[in-house]
Order: sequence, then structure tokens, then C-alpha cells
Amino acid sequence: MGALLKIGTRSGKSGYSVLFLVLLTTLLTGCGLLEGPLIDTKGPIATAERDLLFAAFCMMLIVVIPVFAMTIFFSWRYRENGGKGKHRPTWASSSLIETIVWLVPIAIIVTLSYLAWTYTYKLDPFRSLKSDVPAINVQVIAQDWKWLFIYPDYNIASVNELAFPSNRPLSLEITSDTVMNSFMVPALGGQIYAMAGMTTRLQLLADENGSFTGRNTQYSGDGFSDQDFQAVAMTEQDFDSWVAARKQSTEQLDGARYLKLAAKSVAHPVEYFSNVVPNLFKGIIAKYTSRACPGDSDSIQMICRENQ
Amino acid sequence: MLGRLTVDALPLYSWVAMGGAAVTILGGVAVFLLVTWLGKWRYLWTEWLTSVDHKRIGLMYIILAVVMLLRGFVDALMIRAQQAFAVNNEGYLPADHFDQIFSSHGTIMIFFVAMPFLAGLMNVIVPQQIGARDVAFPFLNSLSFWLTTSGAGLVLISLVIGKFSTAGWTGYPPYSGIEYNPGVGVDYWIWALLISGVGSTLTGINFIVTILKNRAPGMKLMRMPLFTWTSLCSSILIAATFPALTVAVGLLSLDRIFGMHFFTNGDGGNMMNFANLIWIWGHPEVYILVLPAFGIFSEVVATFSRKALFGYKSLVYATACIAILSATVWLHHFFTMGSSANVNAFFGMATMIIAIPTGVKIFDWLFTMYGGKIRFHTSMMFTVGFLISFAIGGMTGVLLALPPADYLMHNSSFLVAHFHNVIIPGVLFGYFAGVQYWFPKVFGFTLDEKWGARAFWLWLIGFWIAFMPLYALGFLGMTRRMEHYDNPEWQPYLIVAALGAVIILGGVFCNLMQLVVSFRNRKETEDVTGDPWDGRTLEWATSSPPAPYNFAVIPEVKGLDAFYIMKEEGAAYTLPDHFEDIEMPNNTSFGVIIGGLSFVIGFAMIWYIWWLAISAFIGVLCCVIIRSSMDDTDHIIPAADVEKLERARLATLSQSISGKG
Repeated sequence: MGALLKIGTRSGKSGYSVLFLVLLTTLLTGCGLLEGPLIDTKGPIATAERDLLFAAFCMMLIVVIPVFAMTIFFSWRYRENGGKGKHRPTWASSSLIETIVWLVPIAIIVTLSYLAWTYTYKLDPFRSLKSDVPAINVQVIAQDWKWLFIYPDYNIASVNELAFPSNRPLSLEITSDTVMNSFMVPALGGQIYAMAGMTTRLQLLADENGSFTGRNTQYSGDGFSDQDFQAVAMTEQDFDSWVAARKQSTEQLDGARYLKLAAKSVAHPVEYFSNVVPNLFKGIIAKYTSRACPGDSDSIQMICRENQ
Repeated sequence: MLGRLTVDALPLYSWVAMGGAAVTILGGVAVFLLVTWLGKWRYLWTEWLTSVDHKRIGLMYIILAVVMLLRGFVDALMIRAQQAFAVNNEGYLPADHFDQIFSSHGTIMIFFVAMPFLAGLMNVIVPQQIGARDVAFPFLNSLSFWLTTSGAGLVLISLVIGKFSTAGWTGYPPYSGIEYNPGVGVDYWIWALLISGVGSTLTGINFIVTILKNRAPGMKLMRMPLFTWTSLCSSILIAATFPALTVAVGLLSLDRIFGMHFFTNGDGGNMMNFANLIWIWGHPEVYILVLPAFGIFSEVVATFSRKALFGYKSLVYATACIAILSATVWLHHFFTMGSSANVNAFFGMATMIIAIPTGVKIFDWLFTMYGGKIRFHTSMMFTVGFLISFAIGGMTGVLLALPPADYLMHNSSFLVAHFHNVIIPGVLFGYFAGVQYWFPKVFGFTLDEKWGARAFWLWLIGFWIAFMPLYALGFLGMTRRMEHYDNPEWQPYLIVAALGAVIILGGVFCNLMQLVVSFRNRKETEDVTGDPWDGRTLEWATSSPPAPYNFAVIPEVKGLDAFYIMKEEGAAYTLPDHFEDIEMPNNTSFGVIIGGLSFVIGFAMIWYIWWLAISAFIGVLCCVIIRSSMDDTDHIIPAADVEKLERARLATLSQSISGKG
């Protein structure tokens, strides 16, 4: 696991997060906050993003705490009735103070800019994760109001359930067959938009087994509130048997079945498909672009031409 | 004949919707009956609706903002009520209705509360602060107001006829395209923005020219009060960026009506262009709203600390920095759209740089308090509440500016908490402080401070209780705009947030009570000096309320804090050697007529009533031509009348001083 990913702190409790967990524990025990998917993260990407947030938070306190203290102290000391401060009606400039109030924020922002620059590269969702084991490739298609996951290497697909082995990179290609969506599994990492005619990428990794809620976060209409799914991280063995079970599925995802699936539906149940029409993902992109339809079969033509 | 307008447009689909329609209609009827009963139609028309006096237009803007604030706040209460209960059930609002409410809440609060409130305050104060008698283009000013009002009218009427947009206040395509949204909702949103957007652009131009050309002699740029400086920067941003909004929304409208493909899925359309265009306007818009509020805080903190403003030059440079930088950061609204790391990192850093001049401003206000003798007038309380709360909002803004952190928090309730945390303490508290501060200038009596303090505390506490839980919910993975949810862990936070909204409701009640009580006590709190707070800037040199011409003689500005210097030199309340005739613009009904016709154009376009839209448009053209060819648009106030008014003012003034003595 250690060599897998060299971004910031690995999963678990880093320096910043220890401080925060102590703080939050005292304040919010019992409110469920500590189990929140963005605090109790389940993968190195989410953990690194969270820690960056906390690091910036700590650094900003260098400004926020003095502002709090000065506001309260000055309000008290220089109040009209009973304040002990000396009234200096014409005192209106000081080079020393001016220098400090410009330089301190500049120093903080320079530091944060360095973090922003390096971490934006390290956590670029288009950048593949370094790993000894090959990534699992999944093609993700946003529909009204559900998610279709195609496993091109296994020729299977599932709706509203994203299964994958833990401790192995999950490499996603994402598009939309409807309005703009945004794909996110909070416990595993940040989000990226899904847009028709375009492919975006996202790299995720779970470092423990479990079932994590994912959803569309970009408002997309009536079924939006129910557009969630389970991302299930499992052992390699469990994943192999999951794939084997899907291959036995009697439902096959050909052109006609795809169009039926893509019709609007709210809170769509989990479904599994074997025998996915080849190049389905490319076909859905081609539907919205001038690219040639990737194949001659009736099934793929049906999907490419739907828009015309 | 009536396009797609049929009886189906009535909101018979739910009791809640019918209730909204009924309240809107009854409100309109009540106002109509009240004015009729008082027999004030003629007075209202000749003195107010057709007025080109910047002070009256300003007041009408603020009244519009307050009315729309109440409407937008009811939306907020409905959203909080829905989310407090809708765990594993549909709540009391169906998705389609809930979506209209969050869309209208955002649209109303930004376009029809914040913008008119801002325009109102600028109108009332800026000309007086620079020693001018009116804005540069008084008729244009009236026209701007009526265009804004007609946009607001469209949003209000959407409650009664048809539905409002469900696409959120930014109306992202392709969801807002005709393919996914065939109804009239998005069209209401589009035309409300198009019409009021023209009004805002004209206001921006008007105030740039006013501030650059109409200043009193001696008022160099570096002698302008901070509110004037921030209004200037804000106006430049308005004139520079509102056209982008108009273009974005206009192209969306072409997509919808004429089947063009600017932003559609496929056929060459690309929604990413819309996201860019709307945020090229949308991010500067935040600073358009907040800069003048910063100006107000600057005026208030100096006056009530009884001190010169600390670091005036720093504050001016910081304002200008913010204005320029604000146009370079729009991409941070869509870090998650898949731009390269280069692009995201660049815009993330540009965004964080804005925190530097903003931090400087905060410290300058704090050091103005240092060594002061602080009087906690209601406006000062709002200023202190702002300093504390805004620090948190600014901090979370910097967190969101880090692209990888934004990947986590984008579209979450953390984001919702952040932008309310800058807009409520930053913008709204600023405008509230402005109202408390300048109210006596407009009405000649001061506001009740007891009710003011109550309103302040309820707003401040309510704000914290309503929005801090939303930050926490972001960490719990809650997405914004959810009509219902299945995670019971979110509910306690949402109930607390709803409680916060109820506390704010108490604040709103105190705001209204303050007006009632102050009006009742107006005899005791009358201010004859025109300068109740020992002010430092020129608007306090005029009488309260000011004469139509503001200044009988244009004052000579000898430094920063012009009026303070005049008072120290004993030149504040003296009669000039001789009076002159003053030329002032005539009232005109063209503003209200063009505004009314624009409303008709919008309504007709929304419902595809083409003949009506074309006729109304021709009507507007005719009005513009007629008005442009009129020669006799001014009248003269004779020197003798001016002298009479000024002598009377000084007489009351010396009477009240000797009375007190």
C-alpha cells in the first residue's frame, strides 16, 4: 500500500487531522460528524484532499484568530461608556502596521499558493495513480436519474452499483447521456462533471472494504435527490465472484435495451447486464459529436443515431 | 392569439402554489386599495413614479429591495422547512415545486434584493457625498429603476401565471435548454434577467460618469470618501461584466426560442461556454455587491469611532486591487469541469490573492477602532458583527479556492454555507448598516436604536445557527438542492439550521417594528441639523431631508473628510454671500412607460405572444425617439426661492441650538 501513492499523507490520521479530530471530538461527539465521509475518509485521494483543506484552515487561523481577538478587545477597550482606551482622534496611519497587515496575508497566501500548485498537479483527476497492480477500468454514464457502470474488460455492466476491489486503483471514464451531472463518492475523493459528448476522468482508490454512498451532485431535475448509488469496495476474490455472477446475468445490454434503460426513471433499482454492446461508451459520445459511430451493428447504430 | 398562454397556466397544481399566488395577488390589491383610499394616485405619479430626483429614485429602489427581500426570505423559510423534515419522505413540497423555490430564492436575492438595495444606496448618497446636485443622467437613472422593477415584476407574476425556473439561479444548460425544460419557467428567469440587466448596466455607466465628472471642486480622487470609491469600482465592474450576463442569457434564449445550438447537447452546442460566460459576470458580481458594503463599513467605523479612517490610502488601493482581481478568478466556480491542472492551479492562486487586500481592509477597520471612542449605534453593531462573521466566510472561501479541496466541497452544503457567509454578513449587514446610518438623511428623523439592536442580535445569532450546521453537513457529504434525503444523520443539523432561519425571521420582524416605532416617535427623534452623528463627509452638509438641489452653493473641498474640515473651520452652517438660480431636470413619465412596455415585452416573449412583443418593442422605440428629441427637459429654481429655503433651514437650526443651550 505504501508505495502505491505518494501524495501528501497516506490515509489515516495525519498531523493536521489529529489536531482536528481532537478539536471536533470535544465539540461534536455524538453528532455523527466524525463518521462523516469527508472526515473519516476511506481512500488516499479523499484523505489528501481533506488534509489539504485542514492545512489551509490551520494557516488561515493565523489571520482569523487575531481578527476575532482584536474585534472583541477593541470593542471593549475603546467603547464610549467606560472604555479604558485613550481616544486618539487624529491617529490614522502607521507605516509599521500597514507593512504588517500587507505582509502577513501575503506570506500566508504565498504558502497556500505553493500548496495549491503542487497539490493540484498531484491530485489531478486525469492523472493515473502509480501502482504495482493494474487499475480497474470502468466507464461511467450519467442518465436521468441513475448511473450506468460499464466494465469494458469484463463485458458486463451494472446500474447504481459500482463494485471494485479495494487497494487497487479505480480508473473512471465519465460522460453523460443527459444534462450535466457531477460524479462523486465522498468517502473516496472529489468529484468531476459528466457532460454529454465529452469524457472526463477520475481516479479513486479505497484502502478498506466497505460500501460507500456516491451520487450526482449537480442539480439535474426531478429525480436528482434519489440519484445515488453504492460504491462497494471488496476483496479480489469477492470481486472475481461478483464479475462471474454478472456474466451469468440473463439481461443483455443491446441497443434497444440501452434506450429503454436511458429513459427517465427515479430511484432506479440495481440492475446487472452481461454482453454489453461493444463500444457502447464511445457510441454515446458519438451521439452528441460529429465523430463517426464506432461500429456498424444495429445496436450501436441505434444509439449513435438516436439524436438525429 | 395568446401564444402558449392558456388556463393551465394557473397554479392549480398544489395548495402551496395557490397560496403563493393568493398572497401575491392580495398584496397587489391591498397596495392598490390603500393608495386609492388615501386618494394619493396623482401625488404618487407626479412626485414619485415619474421623479428623476436621485434621492427619490434611491428610496424607491430600497423599497423594491425590501419587498423582494420578504419574498426571497419566505422562499428561504420554505427550503429550510422542507429539508428539516424530508428524511426518507417527500416532505410537503414535490420536487418540481421545491426546485422552483430554490431557483427563485437565489434569483430574487441577488438580482432583486442585493442589486436594487445597492443601486438605492448609491443613488441616495453618492451625489451628496461628492457635492453634486444629481447624477449625470437623471432620466437614465429613472429608466434603470423601472427596468429593474419590471424584471422584479416578471418574477412575482410567475407565481400567479405559469411556473418559475427549476434550473437554479445560474440556469446551467443543457438542463435549462428547451429539450429538458420545455415550460415557461426558464423563460421567466431569462427575461427577468435580460430586462433588469439592462437597467443595471445603465446604472453602472451613470455612476461612473457621475463620480468622474460631477465632483465638487477640490475633491480629487484621493479625497473621495470610501463609499464613493467603492461605488466607483463597483460601477466599473457593472458596466464591464453585466453585458456578459446579458449575452449568456440572451444566447440561451435564442437556443430556446429559435432552436439554435449555442449551449445544447450536441449539434455543435457546448454548455461549458455558458458556464464561462455566466461566471465572467457572476464572480465580479459578488464584488459589485460587497465593495460598496465595504465602503459603508468604512464610513460607519470612522464616524462612530470618532476618528479619521485608518489607512485611507491602503483601503483605496485594496479596493482597486479587489476590483481588478475579481475579473480574473471566474473559473473557480467550475474547477470540477475537467480543466487541466495548469488552469485550475492558476485560477486557484488568483482567487487566493484576493484574500490579501480583503484582509488588509479588515485590519484597517480594526485599527480605526483602535484609539477610538466607539459609540455602538446599530450601524456600528452591524459592522462589528460583520468583522467577526466575515472572517469565517473569507476563510472558507480560501479553502474552496484550493482546487483539490474544491473537488470535495463543490456543490455541497459547505459551499452553500460559504456564500451565505460572505453575502449575509458582508453584503446584507453592510446595507443594513447603511440604512441605519443614512436613514435620518433621507427622512429627517433617526431610527429607534432599541429595535435596531434587537434586529441586529437576532440576525447575527440566527445567521450563525442557520449556516454553521451547513458547514458541518458538507463534511457529512450532503449535496445542495436536495428535495429529500435518506441519511438520518443529516436531520439534526437541518433542524438546527431551520431554527436559525426562524431566529432570522424574528430579526426581520424587529426590522419592520423598528420602522413602525421610529415613525411613531419621529417628533422626538427629529434631526434638524442634517448631521446627527457628527459625520465627516459631505452628505452630512445638506439638510435632512435634503432640498431638491442638495447644495445651494456647491461646496469647496479642502481635503479628505470635507465636511469635518468645514465644521472645524466654522464654515459648515453659513449662508453664502449670494444665491444663484439652479437648473434641475424635469420629472418625466418616459421611464415608467418604457419600464411598463419592457414588462410587456418580457411577458409576451415568455408566452410566445409575438404580436404583443413586437408592438411593445415598437412602443419602446417610439418613446426613446420622442424623449431624445425633447428640448425642454429642465426647469429653473430661482435664486430667491433657494435663499428662502436656506434661510428657513438656518433659522430652525439656530433655534434648536439655542433651545438646547
